[in-house]
Amino acid sequence: MQNFSGVGVSPGRIIGSVRQMPKPVSEPAVGERLSSSTTADEATASLRAASKVVQAELQGRAAAATGAGRAVLEATALMAADPMLIKAAVKLITSGTSAERAIWESGASVAEMLHNLGGYMADRATDVLDVRARIVAELRGVPAPGIPQSTEPFILIAEDLAPADTATLDPAKVLALVTSGGGPQSHTAIIARALGLPAVVAAPGVDELVDGTEVYVDGAAGTVSVDPAADEQALVAAWLLAAETLAVFDGTGSTADGHLVPLLANVGGAVDAVKAAELGAQGVGLLRTEFCFLERDTEPTIDEQVVAYRGVFDAFPGKKVVVRTLDAGADKPLPFLTDSTEPNPSLGVRGYRTDLTTPGVLKRQLTAIATAAADSPAEVWVMAPMIATVDEASDFAAMCRVAGLKIPGVMVEVPSAALLADRILGEVDFVSLGTNDLTQYTMAADRQLGTLAALNSPWQPAVLHLIRLTVAGSIAQGKRKPVGVCGEAAADPVLAVVLVGLGVSSLSMTARSLSAVGAVLKSVTLDEAKRLAELALSARNADEARTRVRAELPILEQLGL
Amino acid sequence: MSERKATIASRVGLHARPASIFAAAVGELPIEVTISLENDPVEDAMDASSILSLMSLGAANGDVVVLRAEGDGAVEALEALVKILETDLDAE
Repeated sequence: MQNFSGVGVSPGRIIGSVRQMPKPVSEPAVGERLSSSTTADEATASLRAASKVVQAELQGRAAAATGAGRAVLEATALMAADPMLIKAAVKLITSGTSAERAIWESGASVAEMLHNLGGYMADRATDVLDVRARIVAELRGVPAPGIPQSTEPFILIAEDLAPADTATLDPAKVLALVTSGGGPQSHTAIIARALGLPAVVAAPGVDELVDGTEVYVDGAAGTVSVDPAADEQALVAAWLLAAETLAVFDGTGSTADGHLVPLLANVGGAVDAVKAAELGAQGVGLLRTEFCFLERDTEPTIDEQVVAYRGVFDAFPGKKVVVRTLDAGADKPLPFLTDSTEPNPSLGVRGYRTDLTTPGVLKRQLTAIATAAADSPAEVWVMAPMIATVDEASDFAAMCRVAGLKIPGVMVEVPSAALLADRILGEVDFVSLGTNDLTQYTMAADRQLGTLAALNSPWQPAVLHLIRLTVAGSIAQGKRKPVGVCGEAAADPVLAVVLVGLGVSSLSMTARSLSAVGAVLKSVTLDEAKRLAELALSARNADEARTRVRAELPILEQLGL
Repeated sequence: MSERKATIASRVGLHARPASIFAAAVGELPIEVTISLENDPVEDAMDASSILSLMSLGAANGDVVVLRAEGDGAVEALEALVKILETDLDAE
């Protein structure tokens, strides 16, 4: 039996047949000419036909979509047969260039023009390049880029998934995700956990699997096996049984000896919030407010924001809801806030820093949050992302006071904030560790790079030390102000135990992980968690930290985690 | 040659959804229609059925654009297109 091994990022065991995500369309060779058997007229006709096919396909997808996604697809469909794009290509064909190369170049110049216009137009450049790739695929007779369409559910194999793929990923059709690239904090991992799909990332060689091959995927162990037999079928059956126990969270996060650790949910809107409340979340540890701002050309009004925030607050009467102010920039650009031409967006104007370049947006958002909070039954806390200095924390707290918000806090994502946590907690009432960014900034490793997956693990002892330092800062400050975690680390039941042992006071995660984290946490006492935290801190590397802690938690085997 | 002026009513200007709607409407007409900003020379007029041209035109809310067309039904066609531009398509 052929096996592949990678990093398990979302538990679950399943058997199914694979479908490969089509490879990105390769660039037609520079200077590629029409073949001797094709006339320019024939090539022009093929190009027009291909562009119409792509247009019809995109129109079909637009008709099936809703909301902002639909508008984007409709515009993209128009681009596919746009006179500007096609005319420039036809001109090149007339001078002897192949149809593929002609549309490639024409698309490139249109995309460059849009890019130079900046803002919203610059974002549309990506759509032109997508259309161009689809037309070239159609001309070559190969599958269009994107998640394959299928009537039967399948296991999706890809190099890595992008945030845009989420929109076209149908959880009823996709059984599991396996990628050759990506890391534990890649978008594939985040998407898989949010959808509750078993997933293995950074598994080299899986891109050689032929469509239709039957495989067994273990999203906890990080393994993929071809031609599964009776053993694997038994493992799948055992998982299904364990999954039933894991399906419910009783609504109280606690260690075996009764040390309470509230388990909260990360949500991105009212729909998420209602679902999280049903799954037993004890509140919201991270409300991502980008949902009101994304896919828009202009800032939402205060009234629009009030309605959106209230929808989330209403789902958690009497409970804590931590609102994170707008975190635009880097992988979440917004046309009216961020500069898409920054050479290094992760280290650029993002998060709280956008208040420097576009003052007013944050102030209006705080007003909207305060208005929504005023007549809401939820206990509303507010925090700013990407805080690097004590002054920023103090300025943010002052803005919150002016807006009438009582409990200001900040995220600890930049190592400088972890190092000065005691002083920062002198200015604000709580901190929340964003472990995804804290890891990428501590290890200086891009979250999206599969080749750096090993560096980009929250199990890195250096990251764990910074978390301990943040807790120590809270102790040194004197008032034991809360130190929560709202990154992907909190959703890993094993790492969650370590975080509690390090002294973290609450854990916030994708709602689907609540039950698994709750079950594992209940199997250890606080003293045991502290001992496991020491084991992880003193490990030589991330792998050793994880292996050491896993070995001490027999419940993982029982639950198939 | 018929010529009509129109003031862009959409809050976001003539791009995104408003541009899609307008380009699609022009594309359905049997005649060619060009568009340019009020003070731009005629030679700079662009194909109004091209969403990419419309986006590069960069007409903002309140800007005046000139539509031009020739042939049978040009007058009526421009009349209908002016109406589209002078409606706030975002509000719908």
